[in-house]
Amino acid sequence: MEFFVFVCSALMILVGAVGVIVRKHPVHAALSLVLTLFGVAVLFVAQEAHFLAAVQVIVYAGAIVVLFLFVIMLLGVDRVENLRTEPLSGQRPLAVLASLGLVAVLITAILRGNQIFNERGTGLNLPDAQDGPDANTVQLAESIFSQYVVAFEVTSVLLVIAVVGTVLLTRRTRATAE
Amino acid sequence: MIALDSLFFENLLWTPLLIVLAKVLVVFVIGLLATLLMVWFERKAIAGMQNRVGPNKTGPFGILQTLADGIKLFFKEDLFPTRADRFVFVVAPFLSFVPAFLSFAIIPLGGDFRDGNSGEVTIFGQVTRIQLADPPIGVLFALAISSIAVYGIMLAGWSSGSKYPLLGSVRASAQMVSYEAALGLSLACVLLLAGTLSTSGIVAAQSTITDWHFVSTGLVPFFIFLIAATAELNRPPFDLVEAEQELVGGFNTEYSSIRFALFYLAEFMNTVTMSGLIVTLFFGGPQPIAFGDFVFDIPMLPNALEGSVWLLAKILVFLYLYVWFRATLPRLRYDQLMDWGWKLLIPASLGWFMLLAAQQLGRRNDWNIFLVTGACIAVLVICYLLLQAAFSRSSSQRERQGTMF
Repeated sequence: MEFFVFVCSALMILVGAVGVIVRKHPVHAALSLVLTLFGVAVLFVAQEAHFLAAVQVIVYAGAIVVLFLFVIMLLGVDRVENLRTEPLSGQRPLAVLASLGLVAVLITAILRGNQIFNERGTGLNLPDAQDGPDANTVQLAESIFSQYVVAFEVTSVLLVIAVVGTVLLTRRTRATAE
Repeated sequence: MIALDSLFFENLLWTPLLIVLAKVLVVFVIGLLATLLMVWFERKAIAGMQNRVGPNKTGPFGILQTLADGIKLFFKEDLFPTRADRFVFVVAPFLSFVPAFLSFAIIPLGGDFRDGNSGEVTIFGQVTRIQLADPPIGVLFALAISSIAVYGIMLAGWSSGSKYPLLGSVRASAQMVSYEAALGLSLACVLLLAGTLSTSGIVAAQSTITDWHFVSTGLVPFFIFLIAATAELNRPPFDLVEAEQELVGGFNTEYSSIRFALFYLAEFMNTVTMSGLIVTLFFGGPQPIAFGDFVFDIPMLPNALEGSVWLLAKILVFLYLYVWFRATLPRLRYDQLMDWGWKLLIPASLGWFMLLAAQQLGRRNDWNIFLVTGACIAVLVICYLLLQAAFSRSSSQRERQGTMF
């Protein structure tokens, strides 16, 4: 059963991921991204990480990709892009470099996680049926708001700075344009 | 095994499987019937408010009107606009119809929650709930589903390849994403008091009227939730998505036949589901009305079934409220809508949430409750003044620059 779920969601993720790159239409690419995000959410549910699955759908599929689509529709760039021109010179080699870096980071993370798992001998404490339905969420909340509270707050400050920065930038261009 | 239902904790047998299948069927049929009746109810009630007769030809009181409309829509010609994106155009109605039914699954439709009972019932020797699914994430599931529903409307407008539907869908996505924040924040107040995400747990926490979250969260979250929910549903006075005078028919202008019917059904199904959610979260769901030890008990009825009667009665109140809104309130202007959402509802729900959180903390640590409340109110007043100062400063800046927005 778990294997079946894994194969299905892995297929969803891969089809979506390939679709994001291959589809020429920006809106279709964004929809493929939604498929990938859903596949990841299904995998989370299969791993009993229900809260992460919900957040994955609410935040990524429900807000971020909706914003992508919103911008695509609002700016009217929903036509097929010409792939021969390079918007920024030197963008392609830099993109290859960045993606190689990302692959390296991912592989290190997986290897390191495996190593930690082998050292400790166990994974996280999985709650059982007696702990009530919220046990996972409670565990997550306790570690976010006690052990990792600084990182959590710093991330939220980062987001606020990004919002304020965006507002400032758009305001300034409008004032100089007049 | 995926722990969605307490039936699944043991080995999977035929009886539980059949019970789950029967529950799926029953919930689906209830949903469809509720939608059909809701369409009729809305037309009839609005007709009454406007001194008209309303549907009166099909069946007694015109109750079969929706069925007749449905049959008509089935046999109509299905049109594709030439510039439509075919695949997305076909998928969009289902993206808005399916989520409408999915979130109905987590509403407790009955059961005995009195005297600390957990609302579980026994059918054919199996313990289960009168509720299709009780996922550990509970109400977050409803939020996730409502964020999926945005896609249906958004893609419908875009894939039509036509101007007015596109404008409608851009409005819709901006509106739904903005009001989702206020919706989530007012929901957080309920979760804070109930201490659980699961809908049955939330219902179980509201045994008497003073425990109903409507009262115990202090009215404000309920009103914010009601307003934000109306905006999420795109119902009047927030139906800018389909503002007839401005956008022809909004996002579904180019849709005809059964595809249009799917959007129509989804809208009314969402109204029913949202009323159910409001009742579950703020009015005790299937709990009977009770003051202290006194309980309004319907005689001759087992408690579990009585829950369903109470739920139906409470949901009807909200369905009527939504119809009433539609008949009474004029549509908001678009900038008013955004001002309401971002400048009033979100700060208010955030402030109230902080107040409730401080009070919970104070109660747990035995602080002086008056001191805590006083400090909270002082902080809130300062925040309010700061916010007002920011508003007046930004509006004076805008006036100096001579820009509208």
